[in-house]
Amino acid sequence: MLLLALDTATPAVTVALHDGTDVIASSSQVDARRHGELLLPAVDRVLAEAGVKLDAVTGIVVGVGPGPYTGLRVGLMTADTFGLVLGVPVHGVCTLDGLAYAADIEKGPFVVATDARRKEVYWARYADSRTRLTDPAVDRPADIADQVAGLPAVGAGALLYPDTFPSAHEPEHVSAAALAALAAEKLAAGEELAAPRPLYLRRPDAQVPKNYKVVTPK
Amino acid sequence: MADEPLVLGIETSCDETGVGIVRGTTLLADAVASSVDEHARFGGVVPEVASRAHLEAMVPTIDRALKEAGVSARDLDGIAVTAGPGLAGALLVGVSAAKAYAYALGKPLYGVNHLASHICVDQLEHGALPEPTMALLVSGGHSSLLLSSDITSDVRPMGATIDDAAGEAFDKIARVLNLGFPGGPVIDRYAREGDPEAIAFPRGLTGPRDPAYDFSFSGLKTAVARWIEAKRAAGEEVPVRDVAASFQEAVVDVLTRKAVRACKDEGVDHLMIGGGVAANSRLRALAQERCEAAGIRLRVPRPKLCTDNGAMVAALGAEMVARGRPASSWDLSADSSLPVTDPHVPGHDHGHDHVHEVSKENLYS
Ligand SMILES: [Zn+2]
Repeated sequence: MLLLALDTATPAVTVALHDGTDVIASSSQVDARRHGELLLPAVDRVLAEAGVKLDAVTGIVVGVGPGPYTGLRVGLMTADTFGLVLGVPVHGVCTLDGLAYAADIEKGPFVVATDARRKEVYWARYADSRTRLTDPAVDRPADIADQVAGLPAVGAGALLYPDTFPSAHEPEHVSAAALAALAAEKLAAGEELAAPRPLYLRRPDAQVPKNYKVVTPK
Repeated sequence: MADEPLVLGIETSCDETGVGIVRGTTLLADAVASSVDEHARFGGVVPEVASRAHLEAMVPTIDRALKEAGVSARDLDGIAVTAGPGLAGALLVGVSAAKAYAYALGKPLYGVNHLASHICVDQLEHGALPEPTMALLVSGGHSSLLLSSDITSDVRPMGATIDDAAGEAFDKIARVLNLGFPGGPVIDRYAREGDPEAIAFPRGLTGPRDPAYDFSFSGLKTAVARWIEAKRAAGEEVPVRDVAASFQEAVVDVLTRKAVRACKDEGVDHLMIGGGVAANSRLRALAQERCEAAGIRLRVPRPKLCTDNGAMVAALGAEMVARGRPASSWDLSADSSLPVTDPHVPGHDHGHDHVHEVSKENLYS
């Protein structure tokens, strides 16, 4: 097994190569505005560091979000296209699950929250690092205070809103290394992974024009 | 000719997911998936809706283009992609796909300019572009007069709209007339049964002191809307066909007049018209008439090649390969306001050779 994992759902542009047992190379850069620019050079670097060619990869793992859309699509489009050319499966993993896995918490419950911008967080509750209890959701921190009260929390969304998440801690962003390790574990256990479909959780912003604006001065 | 470059082009600057394949100046495939129906109820292209649709459509559209062309991806000589200008989020989907595709295949990547691609597509219809070429590009996003002596390296803006694009004016007037979106085809249809001289709508920027090659459609749009509103206020029926014909005439009169004048002033004996509005039947007819009178040869590609598509990007990519232009680096990014003067986008990391070493290496050889 040789998995190439990537995630662009958070400000981190993160890539890792996993041989089924260990992460053999990885790269993480935090720059929310340059996902498109940074991802492919990072893939190239990770492959070079591991001394393997892309066509040796047996599967692609991609973070499906939730995440702000423009960046999120960079990873998904890249993963889909690699899958097309290489003819290997493309597995989707919820980005929050990757963070939960990296948090390495044996006994929860705890919360993972990422920054959804617009003063909202993407979040879910976990029983432990491998077990998600709720569907990923997008909310204002104040509106979920009751549901997360007293729980430890990880992720940039938790660190950003200490009023709601007073015991927030690292990891801040997802790492492809965690995503790959989680996927490798599930695949080895014979589990099916999700399809690589984006979790937007919001409808596109679009106003239906009521009518055209009258131009004749009144 | 088998030694001409075989190039796949990807276009996602607006609401069409286009993947085209050319061999030199020969069109092999032109696969387009459009999200236009999803935008219709909003009366205009919604960027996020377009971006989501591009992500869904990309892989199937690439597959369709390869089947249509009957070629194998392994035989491609390069991958070209629209790097700008256009909707930022939409462009980024195409650029991400093109980079991953080129990288995985071990082929060079060419980030190209959307406007230069609109000009270059005519090579697929009428053979090599004459040099220099005067081009009138008219669509929902652009209205410009461009002069190019080499489509891969030199595109000079002669004039452009100072307010609305021509296609935007069609959309807005169609909305005032309750004809739906997009406005171009429906206005064209109604105009065919109307009288283009029924109403004398203004011709923007055509005074003796106005800039010779710039356009303005905002005043026209307002004049047409006011005329319609006055009719409605008076309780009279709006003569939709005559309004459509007279409005359309005002637009195409100015476009063709200025384009022909630019050709004469610059001593250019060819005029190329591209962009979605080039599909307009009256624009084609009037341009033909005026070019003939002025001894100018008119080149307008078939309507499907005038609207946004991947073949036009492939056509410019093939020209980049043929003329030995350097490939773009792997950090190529989308630039929503890419200037028309940059037909080719090398990427930021240019000069760092390792990316090119990777791109030249064929993983399957
Ligand atoms: Zn266009």
